[in-house]
Amino acid sequence: MNIRLLKDKLLSKLMLVLTLASVSLLLVIGIGLYYKSIPILQKLSWGTLLTTSVWKPLKGLFGFFPFIMGTLWVTGIAIIIALPLCLLTALYIVEYAPARIKRILTPFVNLLSGIPPVIFGVWGVLFIIPLIQDHIAPHFVEFSTGYSVLAGGIVLAVMIFPLIVSIISEVLRTIPQELKDASLSLGATKWETIKKVVLRKALPGIVAATVLAISRAFGETIAVLMVCGNNAAVPHSVFDPGYPLPALIANNYGEMLSIPMYDSALMFAALLLFIIILLFNIISRVILARLERKLAA
Amino acid sequence: MRRRKLEELFFKLLMVLATIIVAGSFFLIVGTIFYKGVPYMNLDMITKTPGGGFYIGKEGGVLNAIVGSLYVAGGATILGLLISIPVALYINMYMDGKRFLSNTLRMAFDVLFGIPSIVYGAFGFLIMIYFGIRASLLGGIIAVTLLVIPILVRTLDEVIRTVPLELRDAALSLGSTRWEMAKVVLRQIRPGIFTAILLAFGRGIGDVASVLFTAGFSDNVPTSLHEPAATLPLAIFFQLGSPVEEVQGRGYASALILTIIVLIITVLSDILIKKYSKHKI
Repeated sequence: MNIRLLKDKLLSKLMLVLTLASVSLLLVIGIGLYYKSIPILQKLSWGTLLTTSVWKPLKGLFGFFPFIMGTLWVTGIAIIIALPLCLLTALYIVEYAPARIKRILTPFVNLLSGIPPVIFGVWGVLFIIPLIQDHIAPHFVEFSTGYSVLAGGIVLAVMIFPLIVSIISEVLRTIPQELKDASLSLGATKWETIKKVVLRKALPGIVAATVLAISRAFGETIAVLMVCGNNAAVPHSVFDPGYPLPALIANNYGEMLSIPMYDSALMFAALLLFIIILLFNIISRVILARLERKLAA
Repeated sequence: MRRRKLEELFFKLLMVLATIIVAGSFFLIVGTIFYKGVPYMNLDMITKTPGGGFYIGKEGGVLNAIVGSLYVAGGATILGLLISIPVALYINMYMDGKRFLSNTLRMAFDVLFGIPSIVYGAFGFLIMIYFGIRASLLGGIIAVTLLVIPILVRTLDEVIRTVPLELRDAALSLGSTRWEMAKVVLRQIRPGIFTAILLAFGRGIGDVASVLFTAGFSDNVPTSLHEPAATLPLAIFFQLGSPVEEVQGRGYASALILTIIVLIITVLSDILIKKYSKHKI
């Protein structure tokens, strides 16, 4: 009997240690990256790092502004494309689609979410780039290689489809049938019910899904890197190349140890990503948890 | 009245259209990869390591990367399981009456899940510098383990929560300790554990940014943990960057291999999930 209790005690302590260790990763990653960024933060202030645009590592000039703008452009385009499409898709799947079609559709969303980033990148290079170069860009600008923030945005949009669709569908399913019935019984059409009742009720969930999608898009590396053009200048149109932060880190890991401060600068970039994504994630998770609790109550 | 009906029709059409685009994008991607990859596909690709002059278009295959990826993803999944199963059990079995704490932990793992792989890669690289490990299979496994832990924990947690409370109560009422109860639960969720393994493996095998700094690259199949290991996604990335057409083509073929592996994994886990939900009471 004693041995059994002892075993239980010991194992519970071991599990506690593992739990604390894995959860403290959040802290440890932040601290580790900050620690490595100290050298560059001592030399240049946060303000200088974030707002200047000159990127000359050999001269010790590290301006992250073009990279931040690159990230914002790509993410913005991705959300503008993905959000309406995914909202409509989720509405169709939850409210309109017959059970049979629903059964066929759900696996595809799953399959899409399983495709690795690098495959999205290859697809971007093979399909999106020529599409932009030959068919879209000529209508707007004189010349474009296709490698642009638009290409990055489109590829990213497709990558975040499954995430947004699955979260919004889940939120839509939590809306009580009684509310919809009440609206329908007053003579509203199904669409009017969706517009005036469902969407209004689901708004916080849609916001949370969007915030989560933004943070996913922010950190996506390889697919964007392959189609974005990677030019360290602030993009001025969707056909300009951009250079998002994650691509900067991934592209330069090779030489980062041979130039002074370079490794510190890249770790600062990782820290920046980490902080932004951490905040966005916490915000959206809190909103979603609140929704869930409201439903349970 | 007509206007309202028309509006409904218009938006319904819009929804169908959006759904076709979203679901269709899957076919577009897989179709593109097959279309471009199949012509360059041959047996050498999956049975040979890169020969001399592979990167200027001469003979060889990507066996090194396939095996390397299997090693990295496999090692990380096993290591991740050893950590995640106890964590998931702890959250569910040992934190009774501390709902706030266990929910906070769940949220923390959700947030960890949202951290991009490039950050895990950079952090893994820091760990390696700290311990003096060079880019190697071991480094890759460490970084990918960090990446898959949140996936494993959250999936296992969801699965454990589907086990009826009565089952646990029955075990406890027979005088078992919490650990003995946990063993009963573990047996109950076996199919769920396989699902979690497949999900983690699929994520691990496809990720680039985490192995970029940590696993290195090599033309040989790694024979020890301390040798650098090639990974399939990285091989695709490198080959695609080559100006030689033949090498690019092999990049497409490698992408095809990775796509097929990942599709098989996803379909398997889908089947498992379905089977599992049938067993649910």
